[in-house]
Amino acid sequence: MDSTIAAILVQDGIVNGAIYALLALSLVLVFAVTRVVFVPQGDFVAFGGLTYAALEAGTLPGSLWLLGGLGVAAFLFGLHQRRAIIGMVLTCLALPAAIIAVTWLAVPLKPGALANTLLTLAIVTPIAPYIYRIGFQPLAEASVLVLLIAAVAVHLALMGLGLVFFGPEGSRAAAFSDVSISVGDFTLAGQALWILGLTGALMVALYGFFGFTLLGKALRATAVNRLGARLVGIGTAQSGSLAFVLAGAIGTLSGILIVPLTTVYYDSGFVIGLKAFTAAIIAAMASFPGAVLAALLVGVLESFSSFWASAFKEVIVFTAIIPVLLWRSLRHAAVEDDDE
Amino acid sequence: MSVLVVEALAVSYGAIPAVEDISLAVPEGGLVTVIGPNGAGKSTLLNAIMGVLPSRGGLRFLGHDISALSVEARVQHGIALVPEKRELFATMSVADNLLLGGFRFGRRGAGGELDRVYSLFPRLRERHRQQAGTLSGGERQMLAMGRALMGKPRLLMLDEPSLGLAPLIVRDIFRIIADLRATGVAILLVEQNARAALAVADRGYVLETGRVTLEGDARTLAADPRIVEMYLGAATAR
Amino acid sequence: MMRFWPVLALLACAVLPWTPGLPVFWVSLLNYIGISSILVVGLVVLTGIGGMTSFAQASFMGFGAYASAILSTRYGVSPWLGLPAAILVSALGAAAIGAVTLRLRGHYLALGTMAVSVSLYYLVANLDFFGRNDGLSTIPPLQIGSYRLTDGRVFLTLVWAMLVAVVVATNNLLDSRLGRAIRALRGGALAASSFGVNTTQVRMLAFVHAAILAAIAGWLYAHLQRSVNPTPFGLFASIEYMLMAVFGGAGYVGGAILGALLVTAINDLLQDWLPKLLGQRGNYETIVFGVILLAVLQVAPEGLWPHIFRGRVRRRVIVDAPPLDRRPHVTSDAPILAVEHLAKRFGGLVAVNDLSFTVAKGEIVGLIGPNGAGKSTSFNLITGVAAPSAGAVALFGQPITGLSPRAIAGHGVARSFQHVKLVPGMSVIENVAIGAHLRGQAGALVAICRQDRGEEARIFAEAAHQLARVGLAGLADRPADSLALGQQRVVEIARALCLDPVLLLLDEPAAGLRHAEKAELAALLRRLRGENVAILLVEHDMEFVMGLVDRLVVMDFGTKLAEGPAEQVRRDPAVIEAYLGVA
Repeated sequence: MDSTIAAILVQDGIVNGAIYALLALSLVLVFAVTRVVFVPQGDFVAFGGLTYAALEAGTLPGSLWLLGGLGVAAFLFGLHQRRAIIGMVLTCLALPAAIIAVTWLAVPLKPGALANTLLTLAIVTPIAPYIYRIGFQPLAEASVLVLLIAAVAVHLALMGLGLVFFGPEGSRAAAFSDVSISVGDFTLAGQALWILGLTGALMVALYGFFGFTLLGKALRATAVNRLGARLVGIGTAQSGSLAFVLAGAIGTLSGILIVPLTTVYYDSGFVIGLKAFTAAIIAAMASFPGAVLAALLVGVLESFSSFWASAFKEVIVFTAIIPVLLWRSLRHAAVEDDDE
Repeated sequence: MSVLVVEALAVSYGAIPAVEDISLAVPEGGLVTVIGPNGAGKSTLLNAIMGVLPSRGGLRFLGHDISALSVEARVQHGIALVPEKRELFATMSVADNLLLGGFRFGRRGAGGELDRVYSLFPRLRERHRQQAGTLSGGERQMLAMGRALMGKPRLLMLDEPSLGLAPLIVRDIFRIIADLRATGVAILLVEQNARAALAVADRGYVLETGRVTLEGDARTLAADPRIVEMYLGAATAR
Repeated sequence: MMRFWPVLALLACAVLPWTPGLPVFWVSLLNYIGISSILVVGLVVLTGIGGMTSFAQASFMGFGAYASAILSTRYGVSPWLGLPAAILVSALGAAAIGAVTLRLRGHYLALGTMAVSVSLYYLVANLDFFGRNDGLSTIPPLQIGSYRLTDGRVFLTLVWAMLVAVVVATNNLLDSRLGRAIRALRGGALAASSFGVNTTQVRMLAFVHAAILAAIAGWLYAHLQRSVNPTPFGLFASIEYMLMAVFGGAGYVGGAILGALLVTAINDLLQDWLPKLLGQRGNYETIVFGVILLAVLQVAPEGLWPHIFRGRVRRRVIVDAPPLDRRPHVTSDAPILAVEHLAKRFGGLVAVNDLSFTVAKGEIVGLIGPNGAGKSTSFNLITGVAAPSAGAVALFGQPITGLSPRAIAGHGVARSFQHVKLVPGMSVIENVAIGAHLRGQAGALVAICRQDRGEEARIFAEAAHQLARVGLAGLADRPADSLALGQQRVVEIARALCLDPVLLLLDEPAAGLRHAEKAELAALLRRLRGENVAILLVEHDMEFVMGLVDRLVVMDFGTKLAEGPAEQVRRDPAVIEAYLGVA
């Protein structure tokens, strides 16, 4: 292997790793705030990519109907839980109706990459908080295990729905731009630049949100101490919804970013999500910077192993968890934990 | 008029009753204390009033029935609890902890509360950038109280504020509690430190194995031989 | 009647497949239900009862299936010999994977096993040795003499007979010394290790047990299907088995079978009907499945089993049995417990500071002090739950500092907990029997073969004796969590007595007791003192303490404030101030 190939592999790895990093951040966030191991994270990647590709092709994406259907379902659940009607009509009925209307009007015009990106975010993101309201909020007091199984159930349902709405064929979209930068022999492709740039920007934005806004701090507070947060009036349900909104948006954006690079299928998300999990587990589901670093490592490890032993790339990536787990378990000597 | 009225409150863990048939009232601007031995159900009582634990019986706050409300909604009504374990945001700064204490007022904040809290607890101002988890026991208690006060509560409930603190700091804390009542907030204080609690309170309730066994004027209770008996054994009473 | 259910069930296994008019299709469905049930029984023990979530059970099934498939197709080994091979391979695999993952707790374990499962899937799907994605075909069928077991009905008898055997073996295991230890893992792991349960080993036992059942299922699958490929052993299959366990009732062996039955049947119905209703485009069954699972979790998080079969109280019959061996008498003159300059710091916080005291045999010492004075921390340091920052603890003059709680229990130190730690769903007497864990030896195989009855009778005779001693004989068969808190504390004392202790550490034993109960407890402790047991107790109830103890050690802010006879300590002004508080 010469240095050019190595450079290309590192570039590939970092680009994939950046996506894993976004998803790992979102997994850590959702887990810290709601204790849900968000298995369906990857499905949002698939939905994001496929919705964007459909919009680019000038067709109405199937996820629109999912949005509408889940909005109605969330409304009915909310009625059952006796929530404030007006707020629910707005968030669960009016919002999806407006998004469907706008999309319906905009699609034939093929409004371009930026508009498609925004539309995709608007269509797919709200699905996450609806799912939270329907699937997880009623289980707020359940154990992590029960929540995990519920997350698996949601993933199964979403994957099935993905097949219904997008069909078994994969989709791919055009790159955001054809620009590329060359330094000597080394070429950085335009889409890679977009991915790195947007990922970086998003991370800065998240840093600002969590570090400097009341709402961001409230989310962090819920993650640090759930009871403490409730005692100052931060509602568990609201912070849970917010965490799911962020997770939905991050997943969707990741999907939009990768669909020009690789063909996305209705079930592509799971393995992508699982790799982000690997990173999140390495970071112990607790540390944001740790998750980013681990995700970049997973990306680079993946690209090098696909060069050397492409058939075993998944084996290598998922086995990488084991030494980390072993190291961690040896470091925290086996004193029985008090509860759980 | 009473800020808080508790009527025949009962809480059970599964089939096992923890507190039963508790009735008490906290008057506007008053300071009421609940004392009793470990495991008598004092914390359970406060957690039930706050809505952290489900309970049966009547709970009225400023005339509203709050028994069906969530913890967050009770906070919105102006109830605050400083729990026994403090429940601070350990990895966040002292300033952020206080800021979040005023969450119920949103971004506007409670206006001026921060200055008031800092003047009550000057130590917190000195340490406002420090992580809450690195504070000493006394400072943590101050921060927990400060955070609760940031929400401008009408009723402040304190669960064993002296727990694990050195005598000098306990004195500080109780002086602050006495100062607080002068600002008009009603206080419900749960304590093991019976002497200190009864010294600052107007009225006291003694809780034993989940029931109120004694109640009355704080001064009268402080002189009651049964209180001494409860803490140091029958033989010491005389 | 109920004792003979396995015989009746075996009879049914032999006869029912030949029911006239039983459609072939059902026969095949029932075969798969039986195979799944075998695996899910293991998962119930592991996850529902032992509290360890594994998403790698289908992988262990794969170990078994591939082991037998490879041996019989490539090396001409009899498929019957494939069964022990399958079990061995799977057990070894589980031991290796368990060694790495079982130290993880809760969701880490779940995610770790998920990664293992995905990684194994791709490994098998890419290696020629395993036939890659196509897998292996033309696996020989099972054969008896020259009779080939290719008829689904005959196979059905085999599958369900195996299931009966597995259920009997698993019930035997759960109803044994180690079985109680497995059941104690969830929630009561600290208590279990304080009574000498090797929790690491017990976790491994549950993991290997589940892997072996999965291997049996895999072996049956390989020779029923007569071909294997990686798909049915992937992560999705593991998820489906987890679903069966949760659906049926993850805490109940019967729930495993119910779950396997319902999930397989519903799955099949959905696959049949949904395309007819909705068209061929999607696999709607995954959607419906996800939704049903979500609904079950919200409506019946315990699964369906406990809703259908209300838990009956099982009465344990206590038979006369020779008493368990007692600890050899120690004649040393050294104090039973000597604590020297003990200290514990948490970060900057000093919880215990330079604490020294002794407890002689036949002595009751009270450790008192206000909340947060460091009493419970001292208990944890003495019993090995936490390691001291400085100082030493000695038993009969022998240092025990730094030993594990299990080893310290082995030296005859028994304790109760400030926050009661009983296994909630388990009966009172079984909880008490955990105290006698170290006084029995029966291993897993002995238990499965029911050869532990003599020892079990002795353990339960002891447990019943100790329960009677603390006055709770009448509550022996009640679930532990249905007792009042004060009574639960007394159950903890009975459990501690089952250890045959030389030193008893009691953390607030009288809290929540009524006056008469306190008097009985005090009388019991005095009797124990008469039997030369040393007792150290933390207690806030001064009336109880004053009349009972020989000496008092008073702690405040981690240090010893006073020590001496109760009468003298009570008049100490420093103690009065610490207790009644400053004003």
